[in-house]
Amino acid sequence: MSVKTLMINGQMVSASEDQTLLDVLRENGIELPTLCHLDGLTPIGACRLCLVELAGSNKLHPACMTRITEGMEVTTHSERLVKYRRMILELLFAERNHFCSICVINGQCDLQQMGYDVGMDHVRFEYQCPAVEVDASHERFIMDHNRCVLCTRCVRVCHEMEGAHTRDVMGRGGSSRIITDLNQLWGKSGSCTGCGKCVQVCPTGALFEKGRSAAEVVKQRDFLVYIKTAREKHLWIQ
Amino acid sequence: MDSIMGTETPGNANHRARPRIATLWLGGCAGCHMSFLDMDERLMDLAPRISLVYGPLVDRKEFPDQVDVVLVEGAVANEDNLHHLQEARKKSRLLVAFGDCAVTGNVTSMRNTQSSAGVVMDRSFVENASLHPGVPRSGGILPRLLDRVIPVHQAVPVDLFLPGCPPSADLIFYLISELLEGRSPDLSDKLKYG
Repeated sequence: MSVKTLMINGQMVSASEDQTLLDVLRENGIELPTLCHLDGLTPIGACRLCLVELAGSNKLHPACMTRITEGMEVTTHSERLVKYRRMILELLFAERNHFCSICVINGQCDLQQMGYDVGMDHVRFEYQCPAVEVDASHERFIMDHNRCVLCTRCVRVCHEMEGAHTRDVMGRGGSSRIITDLNQLWGKSGSCTGCGKCVQVCPTGALFEKGRSAAEVVKQRDFLVYIKTAREKHLWIQ
Repeated sequence: MDSIMGTETPGNANHRARPRIATLWLGGCAGCHMSFLDMDERLMDLAPRISLVYGPLVDRKEFPDQVDVVLVEGAVANEDNLHHLQEARKKSRLLVAFGDCAVTGNVTSMRNTQSSAGVVMDRSFVENASLHPGVPRSGGILPRLLDRVIPVHQAVPVDLFLPGCPPSADLIFYLISELLEGRSPDLSDKLKYG
C-alpha cells in the first residue's frame, strides 16, 4: 500500500492511499460534522455536511467520498464552508418536522448535536411542515417520517449487513421517502427480519423502539426531601 | 451590542434608571415563564437591578414605551399574537426570542401540517364536538388564527435567540446578567433544543 502526502489546512500529512479523506481528517484530529456517514457502512455523500475545498477545484467535495491523492491541498473550515454547513443543517431542520421537545431521542440525537456543533441558534429558512406519516404497524418498532433526514443509513445497513434490503428510497426531492419493501406497511413486510439494525443506526428519532419512552419513566420519590432541604443547602445556586 | 444599562431619565441626564425589562407571552405553554420563575432566589438579586415593566407577571394592560429588553415566549399563532409582537418590537430596544416556540414554532406549530386555520378549527370545534358543533364566529371574542404558525423571527427582527423547551433558569439568568453587564451573551456553547 503506497503512502500519499497531502496538505490539510496548511499542514503536511501522510496517509495510505486506500483511505478516504474523511478518515484521514479524523485520524489527524480534524472533526467535521457528518450525518449519513457511519463507520462500517459504505459512504454515499448524502448529507453534504463534510464538504471540503480542494485546491484547483471550484466544486466542494464530500470528504467521505473523496479518495486522497498525492499533493492534494485541503481546506476544511473556510468561512464559506462554515457558512454552508450551518445552512445545510438549517435546511435539514426546515425540511421535516423536528420537534426536539417531544422527540423520543431528545438529548441523544445526532442531528441535534450537529446543530449545537455549528452554533445553530435558529433556522433562517421557512419551515416546510410537510404532512408525513408515522408507521407504527411493526410489532416492535416505529418509523416516524417527521424526523427522517434521508441519510439512508437504514437502507444501507439493511442491505449491506442484514442482507434483507427491506428498505429503499422512493420519490425525488422533497417528496423522497424511505420505504419498506415496495412501499408497504412495515408490519406487513415479508423481508424484514426484525433485527433492529436500522433502529440502532438511525441518527435521529425517525426509527425507534416501541414503549421506550414509557420504559424510561423513573419515579423520583426523593423530591420531597429536595423540596424541604434545597433552600438550606443552596442546591439551586451554583 | 448596545449596553442595556442606563436608560436616561428625562430631566436628569446623570441619573441612570434601572433597565426596563418586559416579557411577552404568545402561543406557548408558559413553561418559559415558569423557568424564569425557577431562577428562584436569584430573582431577589435581579429585583433591585431591573424594572420588570410588563408581562404575565405584571399587572399592566398596555405594552409600555421605552423598554430595554423584551423576552418573547411562544410562537406567532393568531392575529393578537402578531399585533402584540409588533407593538413590543416597536417599543423595545432588544428583542429576545425566548424558548423553542419563539425560536422554531415548536409544539405550537404542529398544526402547520394541516393546510389552513379553517381545517384546524373544523377539526376542533366541529368534527370532534359531540355537543353543539360549530366554529365560534362572534367577532372580538376569539382572536383569528393565522393559517400558519410562525417563529418570532419570521414576523419581526430578533436580536437574540435563546432556544430550549424551556431554556433553563441558569441560562435565563446568564442571559439577563450578561445584558445587565453590557455584554452580548455568547450562547454558542450553551445551545439546547427541547
